[in-house]
Amino acid sequence: MSRCGLFLRRAAAAGRACRALVAFTASRRPLRTSPQSRAFAKELCLGKIEKNGVFPFPEVSQDELNEINQLVKPVEKFFIEEVDPQKIDREGKIPDDTLEKLKSLGLFGMQIPEEYGGLGLSNTMYARLGETISLDGSITVTLTGHQAIGLKGIILVGTEEQKAKYLPKLASGEHIAAFCLTEPGSGSDAASIQTRATLSEDKKHYILNGCKVWITNGGLASIFTVFARTEVADSDGSVKDKITAFIVERDFGGITNGKPEDKLGLRGSNTCEVHFENTKVPIQNVLGEVGGGFKLAMNILNSGRFSMGSIVAGMIKKLIELTAEYACTRKQFNRKLSEFGLIQEKFALMAQKAYVMESMAYLTAGMLDQPGVPDCSIEAAMVKVFSSEGAWQCVSEALQILGGLGYMTDYPYERMLRDARILLIFEGTNEILRLFIALTGLRHAGRILTGKMNELKWGNVGVAMGIIGQKLRDALCQTVNMGLTGKLGLVHPSLEDSATKLEQNVYYFGRTVESLLHRFGKSIVDEQLVLKRVANILINMYGMTAVLSRASRSIRTGLRDHDQEILLANMFCVEAYFQNLFSLSQLEKNAPENLDKQTKKIAQQILEKRAYICAHPLDRMS
Amino acid sequence: DPGQGGPASSRSLWSPWRLLPCEPWPLPQEPLTLPSPPAEQIRVKPDKTGVVTDGVKHSMNPFCEIAVEEAVRLKEKKLVKEVIAVSCGPVQCQETIRTALAMGADRGIHVEVPAAEADRVGPLQVARVLAKLAEREKVDLVLLGKQAIDDDCNQTGQMTAGLLDWPQGTFASQVTLEGAKLKVEREIDGGLETLRLKLPAVVTTDLRLNEPRYATLPNIMKAKKKKIEVIKASDLGVDLSSKLTVVSVEDPPQRTAGVKVETTEDLVAKLKEVGRI
Repeated sequence: MSRCGLFLRRAAAAGRACRALVAFTASRRPLRTSPQSRAFAKELCLGKIEKNGVFPFPEVSQDELNEINQLVKPVEKFFIEEVDPQKIDREGKIPDDTLEKLKSLGLFGMQIPEEYGGLGLSNTMYARLGETISLDGSITVTLTGHQAIGLKGIILVGTEEQKAKYLPKLASGEHIAAFCLTEPGSGSDAASIQTRATLSEDKKHYILNGCKVWITNGGLASIFTVFARTEVADSDGSVKDKITAFIVERDFGGITNGKPEDKLGLRGSNTCEVHFENTKVPIQNVLGEVGGGFKLAMNILNSGRFSMGSIVAGMIKKLIELTAEYACTRKQFNRKLSEFGLIQEKFALMAQKAYVMESMAYLTAGMLDQPGVPDCSIEAAMVKVFSSEGAWQCVSEALQILGGLGYMTDYPYERMLRDARILLIFEGTNEILRLFIALTGLRHAGRILTGKMNELKWGNVGVAMGIIGQKLRDALCQTVNMGLTGKLGLVHPSLEDSATKLEQNVYYFGRTVESLLHRFGKSIVDEQLVLKRVANILINMYGMTAVLSRASRSIRTGLRDHDQEILLANMFCVEAYFQNLFSLSQLEKNAPENLDKQTKKIAQQILEKRAYICAHPLDRMS
Repeated sequence: DPGQGGPASSRSLWSPWRLLPCEPWPLPQEPLTLPSPPAEQIRVKPDKTGVVTDGVKHSMNPFCEIAVEEAVRLKEKKLVKEVIAVSCGPVQCQETIRTALAMGADRGIHVEVPAAEADRVGPLQVARVLAKLAEREKVDLVLLGKQAIDDDCNQTGQMTAGLLDWPQGTFASQVTLEGAKLKVEREIDGGLETLRLKLPAVVTTDLRLNEPRYATLPNIMKAKKKKIEVIKASDLGVDLSSKLTVVSVEDPPQRTAGVKVETTEDLVAKLKEVGRI
């Protein structure tokens, strides 16, 4: 399962840029042919809400909506009538005829352009279908392993010849694809992979050697996107080792699989080792630029990540139905379970998580569907972290409602729990993604702030006035207004209080970011516990923005049950607000709430002895 | 006139027939037909005029799916030239027609009825519409589901045949073309009955006729290009007024507890007591 995207090397690169609090001028600005959209999350780190991308909540036309609903129907029908998740889990295999039907339904080519035989779905439509296929985890991961990562590279950077050659058979499912990045020694640290591709004597082939591990569809695939080290001659004549991506056909020879891994969950999905021994790959099969493989791998992973939000939301919505049926019929102490507060709390949690996840996922999908090439990598990462942890929590709580029955294999809960656990690990572990979220945002803030510092040095009066004005405002404790509330506010009045809380959080956060950058400078890269809090605050704020945007639209357009949306949105915003305040106070200099020093000391002592070191409670001094 | 005779070698298998499978307007999903966990609960409207349909997912009547499938199969066997899918009802019908198009129908006709009046459109009204359409489009075969699973009337097909004065083969479990005649095998209480109908004819489909295909996503995308004509009943000169009014719709009575008895004498005594005998 080669899903681990993020790496500390990239984080380190971000950190290096971050250090440029003093000298900014030397760094290269990448050339962009399209205007760089001001990504929402990055601006949050400057204490600003970039409203354009997120208000109003993205909409699709009625025609598109009808089309999406049309597409969902047969898929839903198929999954309800013909897919048996319990059997798939028990037998460790997706039945052949189920796989055939999935192919004929067209589910293997959802995002492949129509001219190559696919459905050419937008990100929003893809997210919507994701909700439906989530009914079985093994099928979901087989399909996403194939198209969201396995063949995505060909769509993103493939040449016309490559697309015409490979995409049609991949769209029909005749060929299945797999994404081969992870190796035994390189998981999160993907840039350290050792698989090597050497140019042959006649310069017509690359010879591929190496071992990839945990590859989804590894045993089924006939087309692999493989990442390997290649020697690249730099412009100044020096030879560097860079990663290149290749389209590798099983027919090229030298490819063997290990046996299918015995996993905790997603047992119906095929995961195995893939070995390449002197595999000859024609140079026409280089995917993208030679030496550009790393960046491609990151782009591929970024592009599919947001759909986890809708996939998990679909799963939780089904979970609520299943569990409510039980809670409303089972009686204990002569009352239905649904009458007890502790049970009701769990349903409210599930509904809230599903609501936030959906809102974040479709907001991100809507942003990605904008023309141009918007960079929503942080937003997608935030969706992934929130949904994976939400899924684990919700399935666990649902299982709890069933009590002992939830623990039994006759019921689907234990299987769903096992299937959900991997969500926090693959596609970039949540730890790595938190670092990515925090550092990318901080790097952006660092760059802008350095720019301001330079302007100040060069005597830019406007900037100086801005900074002074801000300090004055802080000193006078004026209220914050970022345009979300009030007469011309973007947020509906019934959500005004929550919007104000968001604005306050954002402002306070912006100031905190500045002080963090001043305090740590370049060494912030290593302050993982600080970065974790920064990421958590960002994720919460993105969630708050998404629900406020969505709920405002629902109220204004008069969608049914929008009063429950108001409740859910406000509830989430209040909780997130207070969580953020606590994180922000922990981030202040010498904060008593911050126990990081103690945490590190304890960990250090344990890891030195590789054991729990305290004396036993019964021990005596002899 | 199709299939005019002549030596077998020169007779084409491909007769220029049009086919008109129809479905009534979309219905609420019946919880019993779906094996999966909680589908919508059917609820009676507080004013007792009917069942709550707001916010309930609607889909093609299962027997009509079978009719569409049969029509598409006949076309695939090149026995029919064109399949037209028809639906009579509010605007949501177009989704159902699109599903039929995705299954393989060539074009659709939506006879639009405003949502407010849709409740009063019953089998007779729909039959009038279908009869007029069958004449207008000069079809050779009208295929319908045997009954709609929301009202279980089982009348539309028969009434349509009556209005057109065409032969009918209802509860079909097998349909075979034999020259200019249609052989229809019907499921009846006593077993199976086989009829031969002269075309044009009306056939209603039963459960075991076929297993409808899934509308695959690529076919749904292709169906976007197929045409749906939207017309009103008045365009066909059809009067949708009904002589029936719904007096009340109620939940069936809750099942009450039973009583166990020891002997036959007790049973007879109890039945007399409750006034049953």
